[in-house]
This record gives sequence, structure tokens and C-alpha cells, in this order.
Amino acid sequence: MKRLLPMAFAAAGTVFLQGCAGWQSALDPKGPAASELAWLIWFFAGLCAVVWVLVMIALAAPLMMRARAQAQPLAVDAGADDRKLRVVMIAVGLTTAILVGLTLLSFFADRTLAAIGSDAVLTVRVTGHQWWWEVRYEDATPSRILTTANEIHIPSGEPVRLLLTSNDVIHSFWIPSLAGKLDLIPGHMNVLDIKADKPGVYRGQCAEFCGAQHANMGTFIIAEPRAKFDAWWNDQLQPAAAPTADEAKAGEELFLRRPCVMCHRIGGTPAGGTVAPDLTHIASRQTLAAGTLTMSRGNLAAWIADPQGIKPGSNMPVVEFSGDELNAVVAYLEGLK
Amino acid sequence: MRAVVATLLLAILALAGCQREERDTRPQSARGSGEQPTPVTTLEPGGQRPPGSDNKAASFEANAFHMSEGKRLFGWFNCSGCHANGGGGMGPALMDEKWIYGSSMESIHSTIRDGRPNGMPRFGDKIPDDQIWELAAFVRSLGGNAPSSAAPQRNDDMMAHPSENRMPDAATLGKSP
Repeated sequence: MKRLLPMAFAAAGTVFLQGCAGWQSALDPKGPAASELAWLIWFFAGLCAVVWVLVMIALAAPLMMRARAQAQPLAVDAGADDRKLRVVMIAVGLTTAILVGLTLLSFFADRTLAAIGSDAVLTVRVTGHQWWWEVRYEDATPSRILTTANEIHIPSGEPVRLLLTSNDVIHSFWIPSLAGKLDLIPGHMNVLDIKADKPGVYRGQCAEFCGAQHANMGTFIIAEPRAKFDAWWNDQLQPAAAPTADEAKAGEELFLRRPCVMCHRIGGTPAGGTVAPDLTHIASRQTLAAGTLTMSRGNLAAWIADPQGIKPGSNMPVVEFSGDELNAVVAYLEGLK
Repeated sequence: MRAVVATLLLAILALAGCQREERDTRPQSARGSGEQPTPVTTLEPGGQRPPGSDNKAASFEANAFHMSEGKRLFGWFNCSGCHANGGGGMGPALMDEKWIYGSSMESIHSTIRDGRPNGMPRFGDKIPDDQIWELAAFVRSLGGNAPSSAAPQRNDDMMAHPSENRMPDAATLGKSP
């Protein structure tokens, strides 16, 4: 039994370590910034563990040893005092060296992080809202400026500069697999450079408590090869696909006549609201409501029918549609690829 | 023993901090509550008609949460496009004591819901009913008609006028009657 318990703990520990892998983990780096930080984490943890073990041994050893009986406990032994002084001096020297060394490592890691985006070609403006992310791709040609929401496509292997700000309260942008976290502050612009080594989907999460639905404020970085990224950008710049089926046509009319149009924008239609996520190509995204639901016809309908049940407190109001109306609106939105 | 009791009491007190303000974000019906017209005057052929009143009016009026939501929507829905932060422009001012169609919650609600002649559009289809009530509650606070303890506080950006909780009552110009 005595042996089994530590083994059980060790087994449980390996189970928890499984949580360190996956699409949202600082210990599973997929970019230069995250690799640098992960290396730093492991080195700091390892070195500090060694120091801790040595200190514990130094503390425990005298306690375990039986004291030698001395004839004259009060007699001064100059030699022993000297030896103790030397040990303390050596320990102080080692501690200083380790602390200075770790500080230097941290400094050089910071320099590497700062250099990642020095030649960034792509600039993306990320604005935090309660509780979703507005994503705007900057371009020198105004007609190529693109606004979307919650999903950030980037070309893999290229540095990307993110300009972070907020529209309401302080949020924090954190893609653990790619970079450290940085706050989005209203009225202030923070700059974060990221780079994904390989194509893939990396999940991120608001990392600063920002209200009732802070936990449901996810985002995704979708890294793709350059050609695929350019094709995606060009597709997203197109106005929304005009509905062809009768049901979808009815849905478009409902969308424009009912409250949806007050907040949402759909390119190519009169819907021009900018206070809620852009829906021009909503069906091309993988999730709904900032990573809360996966994209599907059923989830679209559920989100419109009862947003306050799925994400209580969010700014999406309950809009009363009849069953047929809801089906029509969903049919229309589903076609906005 | 005393220390234990005191600690327990403190823990219970701390638990009270978990109590969250109740907010009704999930209305029973999002459609217009009272579709009946709201009278502008009490003059009525054939005698007095009972004034239209709505139980929603009382629950939204002077409610801090609803007024602050109304303030947010006032900006989002571009009410300032015509009413210019309540000071008036193409549309009438909202922060003075003049109310063309009455200052009651019901009147303001029906103004937004059904529109009014000479320019005020009808928003009944475009804004869920509860949000219209929130807007009405906020519009009332613009003229200092809401308790200062509940009215919205300062803006995050530059302000055209004192925040709603510091507005003098337009009807009495801040003097007590």
C-alpha cells in the first residue's frame, strides 16, 4: 500500500500532463515566440527544482545526523567557524550567479520575442468586445481592407503584427501555442507579433476577466500556406452570396426587415451595422458566438432563438421569430459561405 | 469557541459576495407588449379614457441596468444622428423640459415603436420591445428625470453634457419646487 500510493500519484500526474498538449497549450509550442517561452519555462522549473532539492538536503541532513557529544559545548573552535563562513560565502556566490544567469536568459528571450515581427508584412487589428473579437486586416489599398470576427487567418511561416485594442473593458489576447498573452486596453494600442511555424488551428482565449461571458470568449488562429491564405482573403472580400432558394430569399428579407440589421453587417446588402460581428461570410467560419458553438444549421437556429440561454448577458437580444421565419433566416445565413 | 463562531460568521458574510445582481436578459416575449396606441392627451370624445399604462414601464423606469443598456443602444442605433446626444439637431432635444408627446415612459416607448409625424421613424420592427423600453428609460434620464443614484454615469469618451446622473431636472431647472 505504501508503495502503491506514490505510484498512483505519479500515474495521475501523467494523466494531467496530457492536458499540456493540444491546440491551446503553452507547453506545446508551435511558433518561435512560444518555443522560446516554453524553453524558458522548462529551464527555470528544472533549475529551481534542482536548487530546491539541494536546499532540502542541506536542511534535512543536519536534522538526521546525530549530534556528537562535546566535552566543552561552549568552547570556541575557530576552524569550524571559518569552514561555516566559507560554505555560506560559496552559497551566496552560487545564488547570485544563478539569479544573474536567469535574468540574462530572460533578457535574451525577450530580445528574441521583440525581433520576431521586425519584418512583418501583414498587420491585423484585433479589437476586443464583450464577448467577441473584431478582426480587421489592414492594407494600403482601402478596398482590400477586410473585417471579420473571431477567426484570424494568417500565412504560416510568416511573422504577423497584431494591433490590439478594446472597445469596452480590458481583455487579454492569448494564443498559448504561439505567443504570450497581451492585454487589449480601451484607448490604447498594444502590439503583439506572432508567427506560426506550421499550418494548423490554434485556439486562444480571453485571459483577463471581462464580464459574465469571459469564459466564452474564444478565438482561433488559422495558419495556412501563403497561397491558401491569399485565396481566403480574396474570397472574404467578395460581397455576400445572393440567396437563390425561395426560403433563403425570404430569410434575407427578414434579416433586413427585423432587428438583425440594426447591429450586423452583411456586405452587398443594406445591412451595415458595425457593433456586432460581420456576417458577410459567417458560414465559412468554424464556430459561432466566439468559439461557443460549432457552426451548423442547428446551432445557428439555437443561437438566434435563445442567445440569452446559451450566452447569458451577451449583447445579442432575443428576437422573436416564428418557426418558419427562423428557418428562413437560418437558411439565408447558412448560405453565406 | 468564539473564534470559531466568528470565523464561521465571516465565511457566511463572504458567501454573500457571491450573490449576483439579477438581470432579466431573457424576456418572456420579445414582441411589442402593448400594441394598443398610447394616448397623447386625456381629451376624448364621449368622456375620459383611461390612460394607457404598461406594467413594463414601471419595471424599466429608474432601473440602473436598463438605463445603462439604453445608453449603449442610444449610441449603437445612432439616435445621436438626429438627436445629437440629447441636445437636439434635426430631431428635437431630449434633455429639455419640452415633451411634444408627453414625458411618460409609455409615450416615449410608443414614439420609438410607432414613430411620430415629421421625421421620427418607426422602430417597432427593428428593435426588440425590451430594448425600446430600455431606450425610453434612458431618454427620460437625459432630462434629469431619473434618480441620480440609478442614472448612467460618465461616458468613456468626451461628453457633450454632464453625465445623466448629474443632469439637473429640466422641468425645475434643478431647483426644488
